[in-house]
Amino acid sequence: MLDFKLDEIEQSGDFYTRNFQPTPEENKLVLNMGPQHPSTHGVLRIILEIDGEYILRAEPVLGYIHRMQEKMAEVKTYPQYLPNMGRVDYLHALAWNWAYAGAVEKLMGLEVPERAEYIRVITCELNRINSHLLWWGAYLLDLGAFTPIMYAFADREIVMDILQRITGSRLTYCYYRFGGVSADIDQKFINDTREFCKYMRGRFPIYKDLVTDNIILRKRVEDIGHINLETCRKYGATGPVLRGSGKPYDVRRAEPYSVYDRFDFEIPVYDEKDALARYLVRMDEMEQSLRIIEQALDSLPEGDYIHPKTPKNPKPPKGEAYFAVEGARGKIGVYLVSDGSKSPYRLKLRSPGFSNLSLFAEIARGTLLADAISILGSLDLVIPEIDR
Amino acid sequence: MMVKKIAQTLTGLWSLVVGLRVTGKNFFQPQITVHYPREKVESIEGYRGHIELVPKDNDPFTARCMACGSCARVCPSGCITLHIKKVTEPAVSAKKEDNSQKPEQNNQKAAPAKKTKTKRVLEAFELNYNYCSLCGLCVQSCPAGGLRFSDNVYLAGFSRKEFEFDLLARMRAQKEGK
Repeated sequence: MLDFKLDEIEQSGDFYTRNFQPTPEENKLVLNMGPQHPSTHGVLRIILEIDGEYILRAEPVLGYIHRMQEKMAEVKTYPQYLPNMGRVDYLHALAWNWAYAGAVEKLMGLEVPERAEYIRVITCELNRINSHLLWWGAYLLDLGAFTPIMYAFADREIVMDILQRITGSRLTYCYYRFGGVSADIDQKFINDTREFCKYMRGRFPIYKDLVTDNIILRKRVEDIGHINLETCRKYGATGPVLRGSGKPYDVRRAEPYSVYDRFDFEIPVYDEKDALARYLVRMDEMEQSLRIIEQALDSLPEGDYIHPKTPKNPKPPKGEAYFAVEGARGKIGVYLVSDGSKSPYRLKLRSPGFSNLSLFAEIARGTLLADAISILGSLDLVIPEIDR
Repeated sequence: MMVKKIAQTLTGLWSLVVGLRVTGKNFFQPQITVHYPREKVESIEGYRGHIELVPKDNDPFTARCMACGSCARVCPSGCITLHIKKVTEPAVSAKKEDNSQKPEQNNQKAAPAKKTKTKRVLEAFELNYNYCSLCGLCVQSCPAGGLRFSDNVYLAGFSRKEFEFDLLARMRAQKEGK
């Protein structure tokens, strides 16, 4: 005998389940996807209302890995907050490093030596390739292909070894300092990086043969998850999501920071607006990153790797500064308000993943459940970055 | 229409063959995975283990550390605790003689400060490695160059207690071991 009351079931569940407003249609099912689901890459939860295989409504629930990164800045001194940036987005940690260091430098008026800028460009682009490789492997894992992630990890390993020698860490880097970087690069790093660039160029045709041209992948990503520019604008989507919708917006070009204006590189844009377009943007971006790295290595100047007069405990003057960089997922922004003391008064982190995820609710409506997985993967979500 | 569909199916099937060729090629290539306990992992160069004290060049049993405490202040996780003993020493006699030879005006100013000298002596350098995030801010902030990263990759333990080190004792024990 089943002895429970219907009211009790309705009252069970958490706040989100109880407050989820179902659409007034019959024969529907409310389904929780996550917070533990292999395709959500972490602790993202999406409440889905489905009719058969079709999604009527999708609502992302955030906050499972909220760590108060912004509040933490207010109780730490400026240098003490540096390691936090590696933890915000563990896949493209150096871009976050850069955004924070850049904001503080901007407020202090601290000049970064040219060599340090070049080192930053090289390491940041290496990190971008690493991030895209992991996305590539994980996305295909979502779509049911297991082998690619093995190839991706084998290639990632090389980059991680290169970066480990210089930065000391393999994933959550804390390498950039105010006014430069924490350690200089040496000849071995340069040789290894050049070798990697050559090696990686040879890998792209293999990736293309194995995955990009594969009919099974094509059927899963082509004509799926159309995001038009209006939606992008509404939600503030940036990065490959925006470029896959046909807008060539890249912070490295739109508001050039550091020495990016000296390099010759293209911004890959695809007009198809579907998951495949976003996939191709990222694949092309890796090639462009290699181009930037090689150019930066060719013209690497001599000099200091950190500004010799960097104060140990910086106290930026009263005021505010905003610094944006292009991360693997889009525009990373750090807004810093200082009251002249040794810790920030307020620090706002603009994470691209948050905006990119927000549009999922709109574009998932009416798609198949299996396609929703494909769309979610094509947005390249890193949940710790979204929750911060 | 029909012809187009057949052509599409054929190119689709061919793409699978091309993909399989890649897999096949890799199947006959040497393994890249390192079977760790049985094989040795290369490229651990640059590995950052927990921090350790750097001994003085002329005396391997004394640390370069001058107990200023800037590492403990800069640490974001607060995992460094310095145990410092303040030793008050009388000023060095040779300097006293120097002072006495100087004219009276100078001596009056300098004498009260130089009579006794407080020296900070490091008794223990406590590191709670459980909370360390290996950011390296302490190494960079040290004015004496007295900290560096150790390179013990195979550090492991069963309890938290095993990761609370006294780095000064560790440095001395290491030197005695050698």
